[in-house]
Amino acid sequence: MLIRSISMAVAIASLCACSSGVKLNEVPVEDKSATAVNNQLNAPVIGVGSAVGQNSVAGVMTEKSAVSKAGPTGSNIVFFDYDSFTLKPEARAVIEKNAQFLQANKQNKAMLEGHTDERGGREYNLALGQKRAESVRRAMTLLGVSDSQIEAVSFGKEKPADSGMDESALAKNRRVEIKY
Amino acid sequence: MYDRGLVHFQVFDPGGMNSAARLFFFSTRSAFALACSFRAFLPLFLAVLLWPLTHLTAHAQFRVEVTGVGLTQLPLAVAPFKGEDSAPQKVSAILLADLERSGQFRAIDGKQEIMDESSSPDFSQWRQRNADALVAGSLTRLADGRYDIRARLWDVVAGQLRGEYKEVVTAADLRLSAHRLADQIYEKLTGDKGVFATRIAYVTKTAARYTLWVADSDGEGAQAALASPEPIISPSWSPSGSHLAYVSFESKKPVIYTHELASGKRRVAANFRGSNSAPTWSPDGRSLVATLSRDGGSQLFQINVEGGEPRRLTQSNGIDTEPAFSPDANLLYFVSDRGGSPQIYKMPLSGGNPERVTFAGTYNISPTISPDGRWMAYVSRIGGQFKLQMMDLSSGQTSSISETTADEKPSFSPNSKLVVYATQVQGREALMTSTLDGKIKARLAGQSGDIREPDWGPFRN
Repeated sequence: MLIRSISMAVAIASLCACSSGVKLNEVPVEDKSATAVNNQLNAPVIGVGSAVGQNSVAGVMTEKSAVSKAGPTGSNIVFFDYDSFTLKPEARAVIEKNAQFLQANKQNKAMLEGHTDERGGREYNLALGQKRAESVRRAMTLLGVSDSQIEAVSFGKEKPADSGMDESALAKNRRVEIKY
Repeated sequence: MYDRGLVHFQVFDPGGMNSAARLFFFSTRSAFALACSFRAFLPLFLAVLLWPLTHLTAHAQFRVEVTGVGLTQLPLAVAPFKGEDSAPQKVSAILLADLERSGQFRAIDGKQEIMDESSSPDFSQWRQRNADALVAGSLTRLADGRYDIRARLWDVVAGQLRGEYKEVVTAADLRLSAHRLADQIYEKLTGDKGVFATRIAYVTKTAARYTLWVADSDGEGAQAALASPEPIISPSWSPSGSHLAYVSFESKKPVIYTHELASGKRRVAANFRGSNSAPTWSPDGRSLVATLSRDGGSQLFQINVEGGEPRRLTQSNGIDTEPAFSPDANLLYFVSDRGGSPQIYKMPLSGGNPERVTFAGTYNISPTISPDGRWMAYVSRIGGQFKLQMMDLSSGQTSSISETTADEKPSFSPNSKLVVYATQVQGREALMTSTLDGKIKARLAGQSGDIREPDWGPFRN
């Protein structure tokens, strides 16, 4: 109960500050030491006993994001070749289906999440994933989807779909997911 | 804690201490600006859920393994400090572990000694034991709970006092004081500024959670700055050491935050349309340069930390990312694939054409420049392997300094003598520190989950 009310307060307060207006869910991060948590958002930062020093760091915990809403049935994933952001022919059907959904439901928004496999640097892969997401975005706008309904973002190599190291696993990670 | 069994060194004849002994007197240092205040916490931008400090300590236990052979090692004896047995920290053990980890000192057993800074050492006895230098001191608990630490450094060869140290600190700062003492001794004996009192930030990942940690340079005393169910990458220290900038995916997209460590207050520095990443602080601490996709593609922008409209710095149709300042702030190094594959370029911040810096191979990323401006560390993909490289900026000569094949994210220590990077050892993620010639390495392996994304903090004050 206490955790829920804290989370609600966190969610409400963060709505004011976050420029993309993201809502935070009430589901807290699992924490077995919950009884020791400071339950006042405005409370001063108090060190425990003599633990406060010049090196003291005050910890921050974030909550899990809102669960996504439903989109069209069927696939919402587009796959890519290594080091590539070119759309393959198989991608067309997925993109068209999702584009149709968005045109029919103008109040819905979609995030186009670009991903890479785990080879290479994190930031360069973030940029590669961004290129993939933008390929999908361009294809959708060409099909008539309004720009305000779609946002292209990247997770780089941070969220693999498959943690395997063989080629078929890596191939599953080079993707754009269309999320509602 | 250090484990003697893991330190493998050949004994070299120590050159050492031929210089005339000089007396150095250290004044008590003034309090740092980082002192945690007790003022009320004001959620100016984002509400935060605070953890008590007892929950945050030491989630990642480090094992430091030093491998490699140094050219000269000074044999040093450190006697247990009088009064440390009943104190929360064994100052002499921290001191000795720091100095041994540098690879430049060899410990002479001093554990049986009963002495302090007021003792008169028997130099002939120490010479017989092959020590060149000796440290002894004391900790005295004061009535207000603080500790009065004193120490002396003797040149055993010349039979003279070499330095004196004294400081009064809270119990919470005892570790830090021991590291500062190690820095002083290191500087006295090697001529180089020590980095034992500096901190390193890094990220760990378990099945359920990502955590951004701030730890002492020896990996001890880790405190969590941020815990999240979503990824955290690219932590970057502010020049003063008070803040970290980083990329958090807690909003289901990459957003850049600046985060004041002592208070936990953080602020969204960049959440523009698309992805916001690769933040780096300008040397004057007033702006960040970062990669934003708001105009399409990934381009570099300069963002004032106070907010306001970003200023676009690069104009290419490809990817421009991973900005890194030269220490004099005149040049920005960065990664660009404008030539067809990712290479490192540099350009004046004031404007001007970027100039290519890397020419070997087809994949060069993650540049970082040493604080003395002499070196660039970066990562090259060679034959499918990702290898840390060191480039001498005056000659352009490069060398490969690691034995591992999945190297990432190098970061220099503030004295430009060491580099920390992320890698994999026997299939597990680990952080490594290395001297710039690759000869002395120390591994920091987090025990719970994966460990990555290190950034070495600045000198304090």
